[in-house]
Amino acid sequence: MNIVVCLKQTFDTEAKITLDAGGKIERKGVSLIMNPYDEFAVEEALRLKEKDGGEVTVISVGESSAQDALRQALAMGADKAILVDPGEAELDEYATATILAKAISGLEYDIILGGFRAIDDGSAQVAGRVAEILNVPVVNVVTKLEVEGGKAVATREIEGGSELVEVALPAVFTAQKGLNEPRYPSMKGIMKAKKKPMQKMTLGDLGLEGQVAAKVKALSYSLPEPRKAGKIIPGEAAEAARELAKLLREEAKVI
Amino acid sequence: MDFNLTRDQKMIRDVVRDFAEQEIAPRATEIDRTGTFPLDIINKMSEMDLMGLPFPEEYGGAGADYVSYCLAVEEISRACGSTGLTYEAHISLGCMPIYLFGTQEQKKKYLTMLCRGECVGAFGLTEPEAGSDAGGTKTTAELDGDEWVINGSKCFITNASYAKFVTITAVTDKTRGRKGISAIIVPTDAPGFTIRSSYEKMGLHGSNTTELFFDNVRVPRENLVGNLNEGFKQFLKVLDGGRVAIAAMAVGIAQACLDASLKYAHQRVQFGRSISKFQAIQFKLADMAVNIELARLMYLKAAWLKDNGQPYSKEAAIAKLFASEMATRAALDAIQIHGGYGYMKEFPVERYLRDAKLLEIGEGTSEVQRLVIARQIGC
Repeated sequence: MNIVVCLKQTFDTEAKITLDAGGKIERKGVSLIMNPYDEFAVEEALRLKEKDGGEVTVISVGESSAQDALRQALAMGADKAILVDPGEAELDEYATATILAKAISGLEYDIILGGFRAIDDGSAQVAGRVAEILNVPVVNVVTKLEVEGGKAVATREIEGGSELVEVALPAVFTAQKGLNEPRYPSMKGIMKAKKKPMQKMTLGDLGLEGQVAAKVKALSYSLPEPRKAGKIIPGEAAEAARELAKLLREEAKVI
Repeated sequence: MDFNLTRDQKMIRDVVRDFAEQEIAPRATEIDRTGTFPLDIINKMSEMDLMGLPFPEEYGGAGADYVSYCLAVEEISRACGSTGLTYEAHISLGCMPIYLFGTQEQKKKYLTMLCRGECVGAFGLTEPEAGSDAGGTKTTAELDGDEWVINGSKCFITNASYAKFVTITAVTDKTRGRKGISAIIVPTDAPGFTIRSSYEKMGLHGSNTTELFFDNVRVPRENLVGNLNEGFKQFLKVLDGGRVAIAAMAVGIAQACLDASLKYAHQRVQFGRSISKFQAIQFKLADMAVNIELARLMYLKAAWLKDNGQPYSKEAAIAKLFASEMATRAALDAIQIHGGYGYMKEFPVERYLRDAKLLEIGEGTSEVQRLVIARQIGC
């Protein structure tokens, strides 16, 4: 069983988001992590490998700092990593998926996994687009995955419940929270990670130099309004509760 | 000159930090209040290969360096002092004597068990009458045929209730003073060996602190660690390494003091503004940050020297002395910043003080560190 996991390096969930002078998201001084949904995907790949054998390849499109996220996956137990540096190319979901699909098309795969969305831009498009380009089925928002005899049975989260689907392999699956509990990389895993292959590719290596460009362009970014200070309603409980209900209805307009 | 951690060191620190925040920190208050030994946490740490972090893979270790180990100690201690000390004593005192001085067979047999986390490591050095003056050891080991017969007692021994064996020091030649002390591995199930854990301590309540009693305890001759009568020299080396790790532990607790104080100072409002806006509070926080940064640099330097095979006794003593004393100060300031709440168990800072104080005492008191430093600079 050959498994490919697409992963993305994102801002730490606790990172404070600010905009730079040019109105772009400030990346300096922010700690970076593996997208948590991709961590579920990596964990699932490792569990499948531990059960049925095979090889897990992790792949990312990003600048050289993204190596850290790939290395974390290697430390968790993935076998090899591929980092495609997009260089100066502007990326959107289409461009990223095109690059990923091209790189994956050169690999042998039975299963492709990824998080159902990244916690930064949250577009939830890339894995589906990769499936489309590779012409394989995609099952998204998976909370349980069982693989046997060339097909997979997956549990998907749907509104108000869950759905059990069957699909022939190869196929793409996107991970939702609940799929598993990702392991901590072991210390031995960390020490071994640096000896595992980390292949670095450029768009030129993939024959995509000058071939991919974003189709969607971000015009501007804005931050939410800063949270206003809370209001304390003084007085006896019954009276304060009445006042609270009134404010919730008339001022906050939530009830 | 390069102040960057390596990629491995950074990843080890980050993974241990994440683990400590998720799995250890939420348990710290309960561990302190109930005095429960954090065995379940230790088991999780074993699964992550932390229990053999700085030892070679052939003995079940992870093959990381001493810097990485100290970073792990800092992160664990930041979450919970008791767990930090348990871990530190396991590696620095339990594993290290066997790793440094044990025979190949002893390493295969004992160090592997420790690295795999099958038991916790312990080192029996201190005695009621031999603390800073470790040369005053009274416990004796006499050869009777092919066996050592051990008599005496030890006090303040960390982890022994959860150990399968303890490396102890004993007088093997009464005529030679400190040059007549040897280290011997004693299985905890040996007849005549009693371990008692009944101390009532100021802090570090989850750390297991014991007394050891030996009443004609017989162990095979081959349990001698390294050469006969070299125990004194050996434990000085062991303590050198331990001091660096204690410094890292102190930095972890001090960092926890700063984390808690900064958070509180932002939240607490007096005179219409958050107290973090008052210079009196800011200066305390700034001093804390300064001391933590300096202590961290010093333990990293000492650990780096050790990793690079250079002498580091002086740096280890400097790191331990400075870090432990600043940690106690940081804890006192953290309580002061918290005001009345700081004195209450509802907030963690009173625990930090109780935990930090031990670090000025264990593995060589501040006074002993000053002596070591004074000798090293030529006094």
